[in-house]
Amino acid sequence: MSPNEPAMRLPLPTDGPLEAPAEWQELRRKCPVATVELPSGDKAAYLTRYDDIKALLSDPRFARPTDRDEGAARIAPEGAGGPVANGDSSIAIATQGEEHLRWRRHVGKYLTAKRVTALRPGMVAIVESLVDDLVEQGQPGDLKATVGFPLPVYVICDLLGAPAEDRDRFSYWSDAFLNVSRYSTEEAQASYGEFARYMSELIAAKRAEPGDDLISNLIKDGTEGGEGLSDELLLSTGMGLLVAGHETTANMIGKMVSMLLADRTRWERLLDDPSLVRTAVDEVLRFDANFGFGVRRYLGEDVEVGGELLPGGTTVVCALSAANRDEQVFADAAEMDLTRAPNPHMTFGAGPHACLGQSLARTELQVVLEVLLRRLPTLRLAVPVEELQRVEGLLVGGLRTVPVRW
Amino acid sequence: MKVSVDEAKCCGAGQCVLLAPEVFDQRDEDGIVVLLTPEPSPDQHSDVREAAAVCPASAITLHDGS
Ligand code: HEM
Ligand code: SF4
Repeated sequence: MSPNEPAMRLPLPTDGPLEAPAEWQELRRKCPVATVELPSGDKAAYLTRYDDIKALLSDPRFARPTDRDEGAARIAPEGAGGPVANGDSSIAIATQGEEHLRWRRHVGKYLTAKRVTALRPGMVAIVESLVDDLVEQGQPGDLKATVGFPLPVYVICDLLGAPAEDRDRFSYWSDAFLNVSRYSTEEAQASYGEFARYMSELIAAKRAEPGDDLISNLIKDGTEGGEGLSDELLLSTGMGLLVAGHETTANMIGKMVSMLLADRTRWERLLDDPSLVRTAVDEVLRFDANFGFGVRRYLGEDVEVGGELLPGGTTVVCALSAANRDEQVFADAAEMDLTRAPNPHMTFGAGPHACLGQSLARTELQVVLEVLLRRLPTLRLAVPVEELQRVEGLLVGGLRTVPVRW
Repeated sequence: MKVSVDEAKCCGAGQCVLLAPEVFDQRDEDGIVVLLTPEPSPDQHSDVREAAAVCPASAITLHDGS
Protein backbone atom coordinates (compact mmCIF):
# COMPACT_ATOMS: atom_id res chain seq x y z
CA MET A 1 0.00 0.00 0.00
CA SER A 2 1.39 3.40 -0.89
CA PRO A 3 -0.19 6.82 -0.40
CA ASN A 4 -0.13 7.68 -4.11
CA GLU A 5 -1.85 4.59 -5.39
CA PRO A 6 -5.37 5.25 -6.68
CA ALA A 7 -7.66 3.74 -4.07
CA MET A 8 -10.43 1.25 -4.77
CA ARG A 9 -13.83 2.34 -3.59
CA LEU A 10 -15.81 0.24 -1.15
CA PRO A 11 -18.15 -1.52 -1.57
CA LEU A 12 -16.56 -3.46 -4.45
CA PRO A 13 -18.87 -4.25 -7.38
CA THR A 14 -20.19 -7.81 -7.96
CA ASP A 15 -21.83 -9.66 -10.83
CA GLY A 16 -24.91 -10.67 -8.89
CA PRO A 17 -26.57 -10.17 -5.52
CA LEU A 18 -25.05 -13.31 -4.00
CA GLU A 19 -21.71 -13.23 -5.85
CA ALA A 20 -18.30 -12.36 -4.45
CA PRO A 21 -16.38 -9.44 -5.98
CA ALA A 22 -13.89 -10.72 -8.57
CA GLU A 23 -11.18 -8.53 -7.04
CA TRP A 24 -10.88 -10.56 -3.86
CA GLN A 25 -8.92 -13.39 -5.44
CA GLU A 26 -6.59 -10.99 -7.19
CA LEU A 27 -6.07 -9.00 -3.99
CA ARG A 28 -5.36 -12.07 -1.87
CA ARG A 29 -2.75 -13.15 -4.40
CA LYS A 30 -1.07 -9.92 -5.30
CA CYS A 31 -2.08 -7.14 -2.96
CA PRO A 32 -2.95 -8.46 0.49
CA VAL A 33 -2.69 -4.94 1.94
CA ALA A 34 -4.60 -2.66 -0.43
CA THR A 35 -5.71 0.94 -0.09
CA VAL A 36 -9.43 1.63 -0.20
CA GLU A 37 -11.60 4.69 -0.03
CA LEU A 38 -14.64 4.53 2.23
CA PRO A 39 -17.92 6.34 1.39
CA SER A 40 -16.76 9.12 3.74
CA GLY A 41 -13.77 9.77 1.48
CA ASP A 42 -11.38 8.58 4.20
CA LYS A 43 -8.75 6.02 3.29
CA ALA A 44 -8.11 2.68 4.94
CA ALA A 45 -5.95 -0.40 4.52
CA TYR A 46 -7.93 -3.35 3.18
CA LEU A 47 -6.97 -6.91 4.16
CA THR A 48 -8.20 -9.98 2.30
CA ARG A 49 -6.00 -12.93 3.40
CA TYR A 50 -7.22 -15.30 6.08
CA ASP A 51 -3.96 -15.50 8.01
CA ASP A 52 -3.35 -11.74 8.00
CA ILE A 53 -6.86 -10.99 9.24
CA LYS A 54 -6.81 -13.71 11.88
CA ALA A 55 -3.49 -12.42 13.21
CA LEU A 56 -4.65 -8.81 13.36
CA LEU A 57 -8.01 -9.60 14.99
CA SER A 58 -6.27 -11.83 17.53
CA ASP A 59 -3.92 -9.03 18.54
CA PRO A 60 -5.30 -7.67 21.83
CA ARG A 61 -3.62 -4.29 21.27
CA PHE A 62 -6.12 -3.24 18.63
CA ALA A 63 -9.83 -2.52 18.75
CA ARG A 64 -12.59 -0.93 16.71
CA PRO A 65 -12.03 2.77 16.11
CA THR A 66 -13.88 5.13 18.46
CA ASP A 67 -14.15 8.91 18.26
CA ARG A 68 -11.28 9.13 20.70
CA ASP A 69 -9.00 7.80 17.97
CA GLU A 70 -8.10 10.96 16.24
CA GLY A 71 -7.66 10.52 12.51
CA ALA A 72 -9.42 7.15 12.36
CA ALA A 73 -11.21 6.64 9.05
CA ARG A 74 -14.96 7.08 9.25
CA ILE A 75 -17.28 4.92 7.20
CA ALA A 76 -19.91 7.49 6.38
CA PRO A 77 -19.65 11.23 5.78
CA GLU A 78 -20.11 13.49 8.82
CA GLY A 79 -23.69 13.46 10.06
CA ALA A 80 -24.86 10.32 8.28
CA GLY A 81 -25.12 7.05 10.05
CA GLY A 82 -26.47 7.92 13.47
CA PRO A 83 -24.96 6.86 16.75
CA VAL A 84 -23.54 3.60 15.48
CA ALA A 85 -21.60 4.53 12.37
CA ASN A 86 -19.87 7.56 13.87
CA GLY A 87 -17.66 5.82 16.32
CA ASP A 88 -19.32 4.44 19.40
CA SER A 89 -19.61 7.59 21.48
CA SER A 90 -23.12 6.95 22.76
CA ILE A 91 -22.35 3.34 23.49
CA ALA A 92 -20.57 3.20 26.79
CA ILE A 93 -19.37 -0.37 26.32
CA ALA A 94 -15.63 -0.38 26.68
CA THR A 95 -13.93 -1.47 23.52
CA GLN A 96 -10.54 -2.27 24.93
CA GLY A 97 -8.45 -3.56 27.76
CA GLU A 98 -9.50 -4.78 31.18
CA GLU A 99 -12.78 -2.94 31.13
CA HIS A 100 -13.82 -4.57 27.87
CA LEU A 101 -12.83 -7.98 29.19
CA ARG A 102 -14.87 -7.46 32.34
CA TRP A 103 -17.93 -6.40 30.36
CA ARG A 104 -17.56 -9.36 28.01
CA ARG A 105 -17.37 -11.83 30.84
CA HIS A 106 -20.35 -10.31 32.63
CA VAL A 107 -22.54 -10.53 29.57
CA GLY A 108 -20.89 -13.59 28.04
CA LYS A 109 -21.97 -15.85 30.83
CA TYR A 110 -25.58 -15.29 29.75
CA LEU A 111 -24.77 -16.18 26.16
CA THR A 112 -22.92 -19.45 26.77
CA ALA A 113 -23.71 -22.53 24.70
CA LYS A 114 -25.72 -24.00 27.59
CA ARG A 115 -27.84 -20.88 28.10
CA VAL A 116 -28.48 -20.61 24.40
CA THR A 117 -29.47 -24.27 24.18
CA ALA A 118 -32.01 -23.59 26.91
CA LEU A 119 -33.49 -20.81 24.75
CA ARG A 120 -33.93 -23.12 21.75
CA PRO A 121 -37.49 -24.37 22.47
CA GLY A 122 -38.67 -20.76 22.82
CA MET A 123 -37.06 -19.93 19.47
CA VAL A 124 -38.76 -22.89 17.80
CA ALA A 125 -42.12 -21.62 19.06
CA ILE A 126 -41.40 -18.11 17.73
CA VAL A 127 -40.34 -19.37 14.31
CA GLU A 128 -43.40 -21.65 14.09
CA SER A 129 -45.68 -18.68 14.67
CA LEU A 130 -43.77 -16.48 12.21
CA VAL A 131 -44.11 -19.19 9.56
CA ASP A 132 -47.86 -19.27 10.35
CA ASP A 133 -47.90 -15.53 9.62
CA LEU A 134 -46.04 -16.04 6.36
CA VAL A 135 -48.48 -18.72 5.20
CA GLU A 136 -51.46 -16.67 6.29
CA GLN A 137 -50.32 -13.60 4.34
CA GLY A 138 -50.27 -15.68 1.17
CA GLN A 139 -47.93 -16.16 -1.79
CA PRO A 140 -45.54 -14.77 -2.71
CA GLY A 141 -44.36 -13.85 0.77
CA ASP A 142 -41.30 -11.90 1.90
CA LEU A 143 -39.28 -14.23 4.07
CA LYS A 144 -37.01 -11.46 5.24
CA ALA A 145 -39.75 -9.15 6.52
CA THR A 146 -41.95 -11.90 7.96
CA VAL A 147 -39.41 -14.26 9.54
CA GLY A 148 -35.88 -12.85 9.30
CA PHE A 149 -36.52 -9.40 10.69
CA PRO A 150 -38.75 -10.24 13.69
CA LEU A 151 -37.02 -13.37 15.04
CA PRO A 152 -33.72 -11.89 16.27
CA VAL A 153 -35.41 -8.92 17.91
CA TYR A 154 -37.93 -11.20 19.67
CA VAL A 155 -35.07 -13.34 20.90
CA ILE A 156 -33.18 -10.31 22.22
CA CYS A 157 -36.35 -9.04 23.96
CA ASP A 158 -36.75 -12.42 25.67
CA LEU A 159 -33.09 -12.39 26.62
CA LEU A 160 -33.33 -8.89 28.12
CA GLY A 161 -36.65 -9.65 29.78
CA ALA A 162 -38.67 -7.07 27.83
CA PRO A 163 -42.35 -8.03 27.61
CA ALA A 164 -43.57 -9.54 24.32
CA GLU A 165 -45.91 -6.63 23.63
CA ASP A 166 -42.92 -4.28 23.31
CA ARG A 167 -41.19 -6.31 20.61
CA ASP A 168 -42.37 -4.17 17.74
CA ARG A 169 -41.09 -0.99 19.37
CA PHE A 170 -37.68 -2.67 19.72
CA SER A 171 -37.78 -3.57 16.02
CA TYR A 172 -38.43 0.02 15.08
CA TRP A 173 -35.69 1.44 17.29
CA SER A 174 -33.15 -1.04 16.15
CA ASP A 175 -33.90 -0.35 12.52
CA ALA A 176 -33.63 3.39 13.10
CA PHE A 177 -30.22 3.00 14.80
CA LEU A 178 -28.73 1.19 11.85
CA ASN A 179 -30.72 1.79 8.72
CA VAL A 180 -28.96 4.83 7.44
CA SER A 181 -30.79 4.96 4.15
CA ARG A 182 -34.31 4.81 5.56
CA TYR A 183 -34.11 7.12 8.58
CA SER A 184 -32.67 10.59 9.07
CA THR A 185 -30.11 11.39 11.74
CA GLU A 186 -32.89 13.14 13.72
CA GLU A 187 -35.03 10.01 13.62
CA ALA A 188 -32.07 7.90 14.70
CA GLN A 189 -31.38 10.31 17.56
CA ALA A 190 -35.04 10.45 18.62
CA SER A 191 -35.18 6.66 18.61
CA TYR A 192 -32.12 6.54 20.79
CA GLY A 193 -33.82 8.88 23.28
CA GLU A 194 -36.96 6.73 23.38
CA PHE A 195 -34.95 3.57 23.69
CA ALA A 196 -32.90 5.03 26.55
CA ARG A 197 -36.06 6.07 28.43
CA TYR A 198 -37.61 2.66 27.85
CA MET A 199 -34.52 0.84 29.08
CA SER A 200 -34.26 2.99 32.22
CA GLU A 201 -37.83 2.06 33.09
CA LEU A 202 -37.16 -1.58 32.34
CA ILE A 203 -34.07 -1.54 34.56
CA ALA A 204 -36.04 0.10 37.40
CA ALA A 205 -38.80 -2.51 37.00
CA LYS A 206 -36.24 -5.34 37.14
CA ARG A 207 -34.68 -3.88 40.26
CA ALA A 208 -38.11 -3.89 41.90
CA GLU A 209 -39.10 -7.30 40.63
CA PRO A 210 -36.26 -9.41 39.25
CA GLY A 211 -36.88 -12.22 36.76
CA ASP A 212 -34.55 -14.76 35.21
CA ASP A 213 -33.50 -12.52 32.34
CA LEU A 214 -30.15 -10.98 31.48
CA ILE A 215 -30.88 -7.52 32.94
CA SER A 216 -32.15 -8.96 36.25
CA ASN A 217 -29.15 -11.24 36.47
CA LEU A 218 -26.68 -8.47 35.74
CA ILE A 219 -28.32 -6.38 38.47
CA LYS A 220 -28.17 -9.31 40.87
CA ASP A 221 -24.47 -9.86 40.17
CA GLY A 222 -24.00 -6.33 41.49
CA THR A 223 -26.10 -6.69 44.62
CA GLU A 224 -24.50 -9.98 45.62
CA GLY A 225 -21.21 -8.32 46.36
CA GLY A 226 -19.74 -8.75 42.91
CA GLU A 227 -18.95 -5.87 40.65
CA GLY A 228 -22.24 -5.21 38.94
CA LEU A 229 -22.91 -3.06 35.94
CA SER A 230 -23.99 0.55 36.39
CA ASP A 231 -27.37 1.62 35.00
CA GLU A 232 -25.54 3.38 32.23
CA LEU A 233 -23.71 0.21 31.32
CA LEU A 234 -26.92 -1.83 31.51
CA LEU A 235 -28.51 0.59 29.08
CA SER A 236 -25.64 0.40 26.65
CA THR A 237 -25.54 -3.38 27.00
CA GLY A 238 -29.18 -3.52 25.91
CA MET A 239 -28.46 -1.15 23.06
CA GLY A 240 -25.27 -2.98 22.14
CA LEU A 241 -26.97 -6.37 21.96
CA LEU A 242 -29.78 -4.97 19.86
CA VAL A 243 -27.44 -3.22 17.48
CA ALA A 244 -25.02 -6.14 17.24
CA GLY A 245 -27.60 -8.89 17.11
CA HIS A 246 -30.63 -7.69 15.18
CA GLU A 247 -29.82 -6.58 11.64
CA THR A 248 -26.87 -8.95 11.36
CA THR A 249 -28.97 -12.01 12.12
CA ALA A 250 -32.07 -10.74 10.26
CA ASN A 251 -30.05 -10.23 7.11
CA MET A 252 -28.26 -13.52 7.49
CA ILE A 253 -31.59 -15.38 7.69
CA GLY A 254 -32.64 -13.80 4.37
CA LYS A 255 -29.29 -14.50 2.74
CA MET A 256 -29.20 -18.07 4.07
CA VAL A 257 -32.55 -18.96 2.57
CA SER A 258 -31.64 -17.22 -0.71
CA MET A 259 -28.31 -19.02 -1.01
CA LEU A 260 -29.89 -22.39 -0.33
CA LEU A 261 -32.74 -21.81 -2.80
CA ALA A 262 -30.59 -20.17 -5.47
CA ASP A 263 -29.45 -23.68 -6.37
CA ARG A 264 -32.37 -25.78 -5.29
CA THR A 265 -30.33 -29.00 -5.20
CA ARG A 266 -28.93 -27.55 -1.96
CA TRP A 267 -32.40 -27.30 -0.46
CA GLU A 268 -33.24 -30.83 -1.64
CA ARG A 269 -30.08 -32.20 -0.13
CA LEU A 270 -31.18 -30.79 3.25
CA LEU A 271 -34.69 -32.18 2.83
CA ASP A 272 -33.13 -35.60 2.26
CA ASP A 273 -30.81 -35.26 5.21
CA PRO A 274 -31.82 -32.65 7.81
CA SER A 275 -28.88 -33.71 9.98
CA LEU A 276 -26.78 -31.49 7.68
CA VAL A 277 -28.42 -28.36 9.08
CA ARG A 278 -25.57 -27.63 11.47
CA THR A 279 -22.76 -27.76 8.90
CA ALA A 280 -24.99 -26.12 6.28
CA VAL A 281 -25.51 -23.09 8.49
CA ASP A 282 -21.79 -22.60 9.00
CA GLU A 283 -21.14 -23.07 5.28
CA VAL A 284 -23.73 -20.43 4.49
CA LEU A 285 -22.04 -18.12 6.99
CA ARG A 286 -18.70 -18.76 5.29
CA PHE A 287 -20.10 -18.30 1.81
CA ASP A 288 -21.93 -15.02 2.39
CA ALA A 289 -20.25 -12.45 0.18
CA ASN A 290 -22.49 -9.56 1.13
CA PHE A 291 -21.50 -8.98 4.72
CA GLY A 292 -21.04 -5.23 4.60
CA PHE A 293 -17.66 -3.67 5.06
CA GLY A 294 -15.97 -6.13 7.26
CA VAL A 295 -14.65 -5.21 10.65
CA ARG A 296 -12.44 -2.23 11.34
CA ARG A 297 -9.41 -1.84 13.54
CA TYR A 298 -7.58 1.31 14.50
CA LEU A 299 -3.84 0.83 14.84
CA GLY A 300 -2.59 2.68 17.88
CA GLU A 301 0.97 1.70 16.95
CA ASP A 302 2.97 0.28 14.03
CA VAL A 303 2.34 -3.33 13.15
CA GLU A 304 3.54 -5.72 10.49
CA VAL A 305 0.87 -7.37 8.37
CA GLY A 306 1.67 -9.83 5.59
CA GLY A 307 5.27 -8.60 5.50
CA GLU A 308 4.29 -4.96 5.24
CA LEU A 309 4.66 -2.35 7.95
CA LEU A 310 1.45 -0.49 8.69
CA PRO A 311 2.11 2.76 10.55
CA GLY A 312 0.29 3.66 13.76
CA GLY A 313 -2.77 5.80 12.99
CA THR A 314 -3.89 3.54 10.14
CA THR A 315 -7.47 2.29 10.02
CA VAL A 316 -7.73 -1.27 8.76
CA VAL A 317 -10.78 -2.88 7.16
CA CYS A 318 -10.72 -6.69 7.41
CA ALA A 319 -12.71 -8.26 4.58
CA LEU A 320 -13.91 -11.30 6.49
CA SER A 321 -15.80 -12.69 3.49
CA ALA A 322 -12.67 -12.47 1.35
CA ALA A 323 -10.78 -14.40 4.04
CA ASN A 324 -13.57 -16.97 4.05
CA ARG A 325 -12.75 -17.75 0.42
CA ASP A 326 -9.01 -18.01 0.88
CA GLU A 327 -7.87 -21.12 -1.02
CA GLN A 328 -4.94 -21.50 1.37
CA VAL A 329 -7.38 -22.41 4.12
CA PHE A 330 -10.53 -23.76 2.47
CA ALA A 331 -10.42 -26.53 -0.14
CA ASP A 332 -12.61 -25.59 -3.12
CA ALA A 333 -13.21 -22.27 -1.44
CA ALA A 334 -15.47 -21.00 -4.22
CA GLU A 335 -17.82 -23.98 -3.88
CA MET A 336 -20.55 -24.31 -1.31
CA ASP A 337 -20.16 -27.64 0.50
CA LEU A 338 -22.99 -28.24 2.95
CA THR A 339 -20.98 -30.91 4.75
CA ARG A 340 -17.81 -28.85 5.24
CA ALA A 341 -16.21 -29.60 8.63
CA PRO A 342 -14.25 -28.22 10.27
CA ASN A 343 -15.27 -24.84 8.96
CA PRO A 344 -13.14 -22.18 10.65
CA HIS A 345 -14.78 -19.27 8.81
CA MET A 346 -14.38 -15.79 10.27
CA THR A 347 -17.87 -14.42 9.76
CA PHE A 348 -18.04 -13.89 13.54
CA GLY A 349 -14.60 -12.34 13.69
CA ALA A 350 -11.77 -13.79 15.79
CA GLY A 351 -9.79 -13.08 18.94
CA PRO A 352 -10.81 -11.00 21.95
CA HIS A 353 -13.68 -9.26 20.12
CA ALA A 354 -15.08 -12.34 18.37
CA CYS A 355 -18.86 -12.20 18.25
CA LEU A 356 -20.23 -12.75 21.71
CA GLY A 357 -23.62 -13.72 20.29
CA GLN A 358 -22.38 -16.39 17.90
CA SER A 359 -23.92 -19.36 19.68
CA LEU A 360 -27.20 -17.46 19.75
CA ALA A 361 -26.95 -16.48 16.08
CA ARG A 362 -26.04 -20.01 14.98
CA THR A 363 -28.93 -21.44 16.95
CA GLU A 364 -31.38 -18.94 15.46
CA LEU A 365 -30.22 -19.80 11.94
CA GLN A 366 -30.41 -23.53 12.63
CA VAL A 367 -33.90 -23.24 14.07
CA VAL A 368 -35.15 -21.19 11.11
CA LEU A 369 -33.76 -23.72 8.68
CA GLU A 370 -35.13 -26.74 10.55
CA VAL A 371 -38.61 -25.26 10.84
CA LEU A 372 -38.70 -24.14 7.19
CA LEU A 373 -37.56 -27.54 5.92
CA ARG A 374 -40.25 -29.22 7.98
CA ARG A 375 -43.11 -26.79 7.42
CA LEU A 376 -42.48 -25.57 3.85
CA PRO A 377 -40.52 -28.29 2.01
CA THR A 378 -41.69 -26.90 -1.35
CA LEU A 379 -40.15 -23.48 -0.63
CA ARG A 380 -38.58 -21.73 -3.63
CA LEU A 381 -37.55 -18.23 -4.68
CA ALA A 382 -40.39 -16.31 -6.30
CA VAL A 383 -38.03 -14.29 -8.50
CA PRO A 384 -34.86 -15.18 -10.43
CA VAL A 385 -31.77 -14.87 -8.24
CA GLU A 386 -30.41 -11.95 -10.28
CA GLU A 387 -33.46 -9.92 -9.33
CA LEU A 388 -32.76 -10.05 -5.62
CA GLN A 389 -31.61 -6.62 -4.51
CA ARG A 390 -28.87 -5.82 -2.06
CA VAL A 391 -29.56 -3.30 0.71
CA GLU A 392 -27.29 -0.35 0.54
CA GLY A 393 -26.91 -0.19 4.33
CA LEU A 394 -23.45 0.93 5.31
CA LEU A 395 -22.77 -1.44 8.12
CA VAL A 396 -24.60 -4.66 7.54
CA GLY A 397 -25.05 -6.27 4.14
CA GLY A 398 -28.24 -8.03 3.18
CA LEU A 399 -31.05 -8.39 0.68
CA ARG A 400 -33.91 -5.94 0.58
CA THR A 401 -36.58 -8.62 0.30
CA VAL A 402 -36.55 -12.38 -0.16
CA PRO A 403 -39.72 -13.20 -2.14
CA VAL A 404 -40.67 -16.87 -1.81
CA ARG A 405 -43.39 -19.34 -2.83
CA TRP A 406 -44.14 -22.77 -1.40
CA MET B 1 -4.99 -37.49 22.28
CA LYS B 2 -4.45 -34.91 25.02
CA VAL B 3 -6.25 -31.61 25.09
CA SER B 4 -5.27 -28.36 26.74
CA VAL B 5 -7.06 -25.01 26.84
CA ASP B 6 -5.79 -21.50 27.36
CA GLU B 7 -8.27 -19.67 29.58
CA ALA B 8 -6.57 -16.34 29.01
CA LYS B 9 -7.15 -16.54 25.26
CA CYS B 10 -10.69 -17.99 25.41
CA CYS B 11 -13.31 -15.46 24.34
CA GLY B 12 -16.24 -17.50 25.61
CA ALA B 13 -17.85 -18.09 22.23
CA GLY B 14 -18.93 -21.57 23.25
CA GLN B 15 -18.22 -23.27 19.95
CA CYS B 16 -16.32 -26.08 21.65
CA VAL B 17 -19.24 -26.78 23.99
CA LEU B 18 -21.71 -26.96 21.12
CA LEU B 19 -19.46 -29.42 19.29
CA ALA B 20 -18.13 -31.59 22.12
CA PRO B 21 -20.21 -31.10 25.27
CA GLU B 22 -18.62 -34.09 27.01
CA VAL B 23 -15.18 -32.62 26.66
CA PHE B 24 -15.74 -28.87 27.10
CA ASP B 25 -17.95 -26.71 29.26
CA GLN B 26 -18.13 -23.01 30.08
CA ARG B 27 -17.84 -21.61 33.60
CA ASP B 28 -21.09 -20.23 35.00
CA GLU B 29 -19.33 -17.13 36.38
CA ASP B 30 -17.89 -15.80 33.15
CA GLY B 31 -18.44 -18.15 30.23
CA ILE B 32 -14.77 -19.13 30.02
CA VAL B 33 -13.91 -22.64 28.87
CA VAL B 34 -13.59 -25.55 31.30
CA LEU B 35 -11.88 -28.73 30.18
CA LEU B 36 -13.97 -31.67 31.39
CA THR B 37 -12.07 -34.45 29.66
CA PRO B 38 -8.37 -33.80 29.07
CA GLU B 39 -7.95 -37.21 27.44
CA PRO B 40 -11.04 -37.79 25.31
CA SER B 41 -11.97 -41.25 24.11
CA PRO B 42 -11.37 -42.14 20.45
CA ASP B 43 -15.03 -41.66 19.50
CA GLN B 44 -14.77 -38.06 20.68
CA HIS B 45 -11.62 -37.26 18.71
CA SER B 46 -13.23 -35.96 15.58
CA ASP B 47 -15.53 -33.57 17.48
CA VAL B 48 -12.58 -32.35 19.54
CA ARG B 49 -10.51 -31.80 16.41
CA GLU B 50 -13.34 -29.81 14.90
CA ALA B 51 -13.67 -27.73 18.08
CA ALA B 52 -9.96 -26.95 18.09
CA ALA B 53 -10.06 -25.97 14.42
CA VAL B 54 -12.98 -23.59 14.76
CA CYS B 55 -12.22 -22.02 18.15
CA PRO B 56 -12.18 -18.30 17.28
CA ALA B 57 -9.55 -17.60 19.91
CA SER B 58 -7.22 -20.49 19.01
CA ALA B 59 -7.46 -21.42 22.68
CA ILE B 60 -7.60 -25.21 22.28
CA THR B 61 -4.41 -27.20 21.69
CA LEU B 62 -4.26 -30.88 20.82
CA HIS B 63 -1.32 -33.12 21.63
CA ASP B 64 -1.67 -36.08 19.36
CA GLY B 65 -0.08 -39.48 19.39
CA SER B 66 -0.32 -40.23 23.11
C1 HEM C 1 -25.38 -13.84 11.90
C2 HEM C 1 -25.37 -12.91 12.81
C3 HEM C 1 -24.16 -12.21 13.34
C4 HEM C 1 -22.98 -11.90 12.72
C5 HEM C 1 -22.57 -12.19 11.28
C6 HEM C 1 -22.14 -11.23 13.71
C7 HEM C 1 -20.84 -10.81 13.47
C8 HEM C 1 -20.03 -10.20 14.39
C9 HEM C 1 -18.66 -9.81 14.17
C10 HEM C 1 -17.89 -9.99 12.87
C11 HEM C 1 -18.19 -9.25 15.31
C12 HEM C 1 -16.78 -8.74 15.58
C13 HEM C 1 -16.66 -7.27 15.42
C14 HEM C 1 -15.23 -6.81 15.61
O1 HEM C 1 -14.33 -7.62 15.78
O2 HEM C 1 -15.03 -5.60 15.59
C15 HEM C 1 -19.28 -9.27 16.27
C16 HEM C 1 -19.21 -8.76 17.55
C17 HEM C 1 -20.23 -8.79 18.46
N1 HEM C 1 -21.45 -9.43 18.31
FE1 HEM C 1 -22.10 -10.39 16.64
N2 HEM C 1 -22.82 -11.15 14.89
C18 HEM C 1 -24.05 -11.73 14.72
C19 HEM C 1 -25.06 -11.88 15.67
C20 HEM C 1 -24.95 -11.44 16.99
C21 HEM C 1 -25.97 -11.63 18.02
C22 HEM C 1 -27.26 -12.39 17.83
C23 HEM C 1 -25.51 -11.00 19.15
C24 HEM C 1 -26.12 -10.88 20.52
C25 HEM C 1 -27.35 -10.79 20.81
C26 HEM C 1 -24.21 -10.43 18.84
C27 HEM C 1 -23.44 -9.73 19.73
C28 HEM C 1 -22.17 -9.26 19.48
C29 HEM C 1 -21.40 -8.47 20.41
C30 HEM C 1 -21.85 -8.05 21.80
C31 HEM C 1 -20.19 -8.17 19.78
C32 HEM C 1 -19.04 -7.32 20.34
C33 HEM C 1 -18.01 -8.18 20.98
C34 HEM C 1 -16.80 -7.41 21.48
O3 HEM C 1 -16.48 -6.36 20.94
O4 HEM C 1 -16.18 -7.89 22.43
N3 HEM C 1 -23.90 -10.72 17.52
N4 HEM C 1 -20.38 -9.87 15.70
S1 SF4 D 1 -14.48 -22.31 21.35
FE1 SF4 D 1 -12.57 -21.43 22.08
S2 SF4 D 1 -13.10 -19.37 22.65
FE2 SF4 D 1 -15.00 -20.48 22.49
S3 SF4 D 1 -15.43 -21.18 24.57
FE3 SF4 D 1 -14.34 -22.79 23.52
S4 SF4 D 1 -12.21 -22.40 24.03
FE4 SF4 D 1 -13.29 -20.55 24.50
